[in-house]
Amino acid sequence: MAKSRTNSVGRRGFLKGAAAGAAAMVANVPEAVAQQPQPARGAPVPSAGAIAAETGDVSTHVEVLTADHPGSDYMVDVLKSLGFEYIAANPGSSFRALHESLINYGGNKSPELLTCCHEESSVAMADGYAKVEGRPMAVMAHSTVGLQHASMAIYNAYAGRVPVFILLGNTIDAAARRPGVEWYHSAQDAAAMVRDYTKWDDLPISLTHFGESAVRAYKFAMTPPGGPVVIVADSDLQETPVPDKTKLHVPKLTPASPPAGDPVAVAQVAKMLVAAENPVIMADRAIRSEAGWKLLVELAETLQAPVVSGKFPTQHPLSQGGGRLVANADVILGLEVPDLWGTINNYRDQLERSSRSLIKPGTKVVSISAEDLFMKSNYQDFQRYTEVDVAIAADAEATLPSLVEACKRLITADRRRALDDRGKKLAAAHAQGLEQARTQATYAWDASPISTARLAAELWDVVKGKDWAMVGGGGSRLWNIDTHYRIMGGGGAAGVGYGAPASVGGALAHRKHGRLCVAIQNDGDLMYAPGVLWTAAHHKIPLLSVMHNNRAYHQEVMHIQRMANRHQRGITNAAIGTTITDPNIDYATVARGLGVHGEGPISNPNDLGPALRRALATVEKGEPALVDVVTQPR
Amino acid sequence: MKFPISTLTVLATISSVLWAQAPKGDAKNGQKLFENYGCYQCHGHVGQGGAGARIAPKPIPWAAFSRYVRQPADQMPPYTAKVVPDRELADIYAYLETIPAPPPAKSVPLLNNQ
Repeated sequence: MAKSRTNSVGRRGFLKGAAAGAAAMVANVPEAVAQQPQPARGAPVPSAGAIAAETGDVSTHVEVLTADHPGSDYMVDVLKSLGFEYIAANPGSSFRALHESLINYGGNKSPELLTCCHEESSVAMADGYAKVEGRPMAVMAHSTVGLQHASMAIYNAYAGRVPVFILLGNTIDAAARRPGVEWYHSAQDAAAMVRDYTKWDDLPISLTHFGESAVRAYKFAMTPPGGPVVIVADSDLQETPVPDKTKLHVPKLTPASPPAGDPVAVAQVAKMLVAAENPVIMADRAIRSEAGWKLLVELAETLQAPVVSGKFPTQHPLSQGGGRLVANADVILGLEVPDLWGTINNYRDQLERSSRSLIKPGTKVVSISAEDLFMKSNYQDFQRYTEVDVAIAADAEATLPSLVEACKRLITADRRRALDDRGKKLAAAHAQGLEQARTQATYAWDASPISTARLAAELWDVVKGKDWAMVGGGGSRLWNIDTHYRIMGGGGAAGVGYGAPASVGGALAHRKHGRLCVAIQNDGDLMYAPGVLWTAAHHKIPLLSVMHNNRAYHQEVMHIQRMANRHQRGITNAAIGTTITDPNIDYATVARGLGVHGEGPISNPNDLGPALRRALATVEKGEPALVDVVTQPR
Repeated sequence: MKFPISTLTVLATISSVLWAQAPKGDAKNGQKLFENYGCYQCHGHVGQGGAGARIAPKPIPWAAFSRYVRQPADQMPPYTAKVVPDRELADIYAYLETIPAPPPAKSVPLLNNQ
């Protein structure tokens, strides 16, 4: 039913003389009459207002009650121009016109509407999707209650520098709000609540303004460092008809090329790296594409330098563990390392907090990061200040081509031989590290609850040989991660509840490529918003979720243990408030209730392989499945 | 009376060894305590490691073990005698000593299928 908006109609001036109608007549009925009590049973008796509306004088005016071209159609034009594949939402009246335009005017295609059961799921799905797809998914939410639900996931995306495009339904014109709910669902500055952890936002007051701000927001979201952006889609703008569509223009998007490092600084870093005896590369968030993956391999091979973090082929001889290498390093190259201080220092969490450096005095530290280009002050996601010797404020992946070339230019034949000798030693250490990982996996091999190493090995046996992608949790060092999309990465701000929806979003992005998606799903995380399993079933998103069900918020168990030990009160009560037992949750049944194939709970390691294969058969048919594995704590 | 240095060294070593020997503990009770005291939360139900280090099979010598539990050098929370009395710590140690060695990695097909 269309809203009666006499004020906004008058304001826009193109429905003159058509505003008086039945609703106005109802409004004129005296309140005492309108509130006559209804009979308790039987068919409701029409109210006095309704009788008056049906039998009163017929107006000579014809009220305009329909619109051919609502503003929300133009909004869909803009969204289509930006190339969104999907838009995720829990339905909400503040964006009802946009919702309707998407599914009818837009044909529910590019973007296709994803039905979500919680706004936190919508945004976390968009986060996972963007990590795989390399571009944002759109999200719609109420400006108040929806955004409040979404805010933790937005913070995760912000801290992870992940682009997410959020549209908020809102009614800024107080005189145009329906009494009651629409007031609760409106704010004068809707984006204020998340402004500290979004990259940009705007409240457009015209459709032209909307178009330009939407395109600008998309561009900002995508320019490294990425991040979530918010555009308020005012309900009046959505629902008011467009008088002349030809006067509206959809602005062109021209993506900004990511900032690459200054050539002089890059040459300086290359000189340090080539001269270094024990360089170490940390590539935490540096790699987002196949091209970047190849460039990092090329840099490592050019220098014969170990890579101790980030996306790098696990079976490559230069793939190494940090520890000793970091301690012996003379040059450390940090590529988009969000907590560089924490990687080169040990912080001891005892009664007196203390730290010690993990690197030798004189070790040169280099940072190449777009983090230096964008930072806000309130939320402390930027971590401790790190003293470095060279800082290049630039996108690391975009800087890799020039860094690789600068290094190659400096390597003489003699230096090449020395570097190759280093590479042979590293290759031997890599092989030894793999053997140690194999041996470590044997401990608790047959234990129940099932060890995480056994779980990883059983799962690897299922995915190996397929075109697989891990969209939640990590595998193990024994998994052959041989291309950039095998691993998605975790939530930016360690906000629990991210894993399940992000894995569904990641799996959705992989779906068109036909990849087998698997996720290690923590039990506490799933219980935040398990409805996302239904979304996966409803939209037929193939995903094999394997529960790491340790029946606890395990990190918190350890924190309470720490406090109880520190206070010398005994730790037998540490389970209070931290464990998820009594009753144990039957996740397979939960999954089945949400339309997802469920297996488990599985406590016997010998039962795990067959259960995974049964679930895999469902996933390979294009549907989600969940295997509940009762595990050791870690 | 003066002893030659070598004699002192031998005596010190004997004393150290005697002191370092684990008191006889009740492994069955130790397993129960290992669970009740939440040791498994960091070290796994059979001491295989996790958030904390692997501590079984073949735990480190009793002297180092008991010293570390009371005065951990790194992140482990301290378990004082008030929380875990010496007798109970000995039981836990006895449990760790009973944990059998795992199968050799080469004998596990799933660990050799990369």
